Amino acid sequence: MEDNMTLSRKTRPIWRFFSGLPMLAWLLGGLVGALLEQTFGLTLANAMGLSKIPVLFGINTTFKVVASIIDSLRGGDVFLASELLDIPSALIYVLCIFVLPMGLFFKVAGKACNSLVRAMSHMPLIVTATLHLTIMFSVFHIWAGMSDYRLITLKLMLIAILITLSLNIINGYMGEFSCSHPGFMALGAYGASLFSVGLFVDDKVLGAPVFEWAQAYLTFPLALIFGGLIASLWALIIAIPSFKTRGDYLAIISLAFLFIVKSFFENVQAMGGPRGLSGQPDWATLPVVFLVVIAGVWIINNFVTSTMGKALNAVRDDESAAEAMTVDTRKTKMTAFLFGAFWAGVAGGLFAHVLRYVNPAMFGVQKLAEVLAMVYFGGLNSVTGSIIGAVSISVLGEALRPLGIFKWICIPLLLILVMIYRPTGLFAFRDFNIRSMFGPREEK
Amino acid sequence: MSITFLFQNLVNALQWGSFYALIALGYSMVYSILMLFNFAHGDIFMIGAYIGLGVAMSLLALVGTGAAAILPGWAILVLTILISMFLTSFVGVFVERVGYRPLRNAPRASAAITGLMIGIILETGILIFLGAERLKFPQLIESTTYNLGGVFVTNKKIMIVLVSISLMLALHQFVKRTKYGMAMRAMAFDFAVVPLMGVPLNTIAAMTFGIGSALAAAAGILFGLAYPVLDPYMGVTFGWKAFVAAILGGRGSIMGACVAGFMLGFIEVMVVPLIMVVNKLFDMNIGSNLRDLIAYSIILVILIYRPHGLFGESYSSKLRL
Repeated sequence: MEDNMTLSRKTRPIWRFFSGLPMLAWLLGGLVGALLEQTFGLTLANAMGLSKIPVLFGINTTFKVVASIIDSLRGGDVFLASELLDIPSALIYVLCIFVLPMGLFFKVAGKACNSLVRAMSHMPLIVTATLHLTIMFSVFHIWAGMSDYRLITLKLMLIAILITLSLNIINGYMGEFSCSHPGFMALGAYGASLFSVGLFVDDKVLGAPVFEWAQAYLTFPLALIFGGLIASLWALIIAIPSFKTRGDYLAIISLAFLFIVKSFFENVQAMGGPRGLSGQPDWATLPVVFLVVIAGVWIINNFVTSTMGKALNAVRDDESAAEAMTVDTRKTKMTAFLFGAFWAGVAGGLFAHVLRYVNPAMFGVQKLAEVLAMVYFGGLNSVTGSIIGAVSISVLGEALRPLGIFKWICIPLLLILVMIYRPTGLFAFRDFNIRSMFGPREEK
Repeated sequence: MSITFLFQNLVNALQWGSFYALIALGYSMVYSILMLFNFAHGDIFMIGAYIGLGVAMSLLALVGTGAAAILPGWAILVLTILISMFLTSFVGVFVERVGYRPLRNAPRASAAITGLMIGIILETGILIFLGAERLKFPQLIESTTYNLGGVFVTNKKIMIVLVSISLMLALHQFVKRTKYGMAMRAMAFDFAVVPLMGVPLNTIAAMTFGIGSALAAAAGILFGLAYPVLDPYMGVTFGWKAFVAAILGGRGSIMGACVAGFMLGFIEVMVVPLIMVVNKLFDMNIGSNLRDLIAYSIILVILIYRPHGLFGESYSSKLRL
């Protein structure tokens, strides 16, 4: 395997060039691209004959053309050949704004970035992490500032990372199969909404605000924690009976739990019933979502690499052996399950405040399939895998949106292929080493 | 509230129970052999209903309708059920071949994911080919209502219950009496050793999927007769409920799946009069749409006290994972 890797690196200089770039160079390159788009994007897009800036690196534009071809084949509107020109225009746009400037930047500053990171590698991790995350946030901020669509896609993608990670604790690290995650999300979403809407907002369903306070957004962390705690409190209902036995028991109990939660929110008229709750204050801005998700990833990563996480893996691999090695299996499983439910609740609270509307129908079996797809696509037992799975499935979902219903053929097919060729997901069982991720890349 | 009202609900419960039981059988049989749940089964039920619609339409076109018909309605119905069961079993075999056989040695959760995804593909496929509007299932037999001492029973309800019970009995005979049935029982007993004795694993697994799908198709047609509106997402709700019934009966138990299917139908239908009684007695105002919540809570409580279902057996702490 190692020989193969070095061989391919020798034969492919481009691959060698890119693998020698540290994270910092990628982020700075992204910053250059985003800044270029902000300054020249609209002018260039108009010059290329596009009506507006391609929102998702031209993928969307391409699929829009494909969709209109399919539509005309199925007897819809007549396909205009001039639409085909959109594809090369979008390609040239992406090339001019992102690919070429970033490549140029890598060529000029790649080595400098590497030595900068090497110089910083003796500093505490918090310094390097803060630097990287600040640049990452600026890229996100500038890129998402171009359109509201990008902003909401980015926010939902970040939330998807948190949900996927929290499910990966249970399905990957603990090796059980939990189906109740949309239920926990619903509990968190309603809990956080009750906190924010009930206390601070004049609402039709929940009545007049209890407190009038201009700085009420400062309580948003409390709202999220409240939602998370409610989710993990209800998770106890599943956890107490189902960790007596192993096997598929949790899958079934949690499925019944999901139906119960959904039916509960559909029937409680005091919380809007099937019409749902709306009027959440606009507290979940991009920085807030970014901070919460980064904190979540950081805490979950610390959890799974801690003694408790190792114990969890031991329980997954062999429960009796783990017990013989003095692991308190029941306590370990309970803690991990409640922890996963807590973060799912926090993600649900964020979700409710990003959309500023929740209804029970959002948290059904469809959502379950989506979250499971993210976990199993990215890879079990791996923080990297969760991040990659969540990002790729949400980006794919948005990119294939113009295809309409054919999207629901493409994504499942892709997932089936991944399952057949890599049954545990693309990046399963990888360690998530922040220090080496932000560290310098050695020249081969 | 009277005794006739109770019996009326009992008749409805029997009808719903037979749908659930027929679908739950498919889940349970696959579980008993491969130790995994076929999450695409609910959508196979839906596909079965659509295949039944197609077969019924083409048969009607072939023999003519109304007074000029060559065959009476019940004969067309029997033919429809048999032909659609045969055709749908190939859908089941196809699902096994594509989604489950390549993952035989993979973690079981991965196979669950492929099952879910195949289900989504089947739903979307129907949406693409037939459009989003709901289709009407042709009424093959005249509906007559009998009044049995205040309890109204239609001939369709009687037929549905009779057909499903006879299918269950036929399955029971197949599993107990034939050589293939014996192979299935042996495979359920020991998945690892029995193939070494010369029993072809792939054939038996495919056959199990086929039989389960055929039963689901029968359930789909019977459902189409009782509630003649088909939509592509009907498999989702039905499938998950039948899945819960299969669990309640005990994983891998055919008898359990039948009993629990009828029990689930019974619970679901009986919760509504129960709510009415409670409302009257305690002067409360509970909505009858709390049905799902109460039904699943009852199931949850049953499962807490009987973790392996009604007829299931406890197994060792570790299965193939």
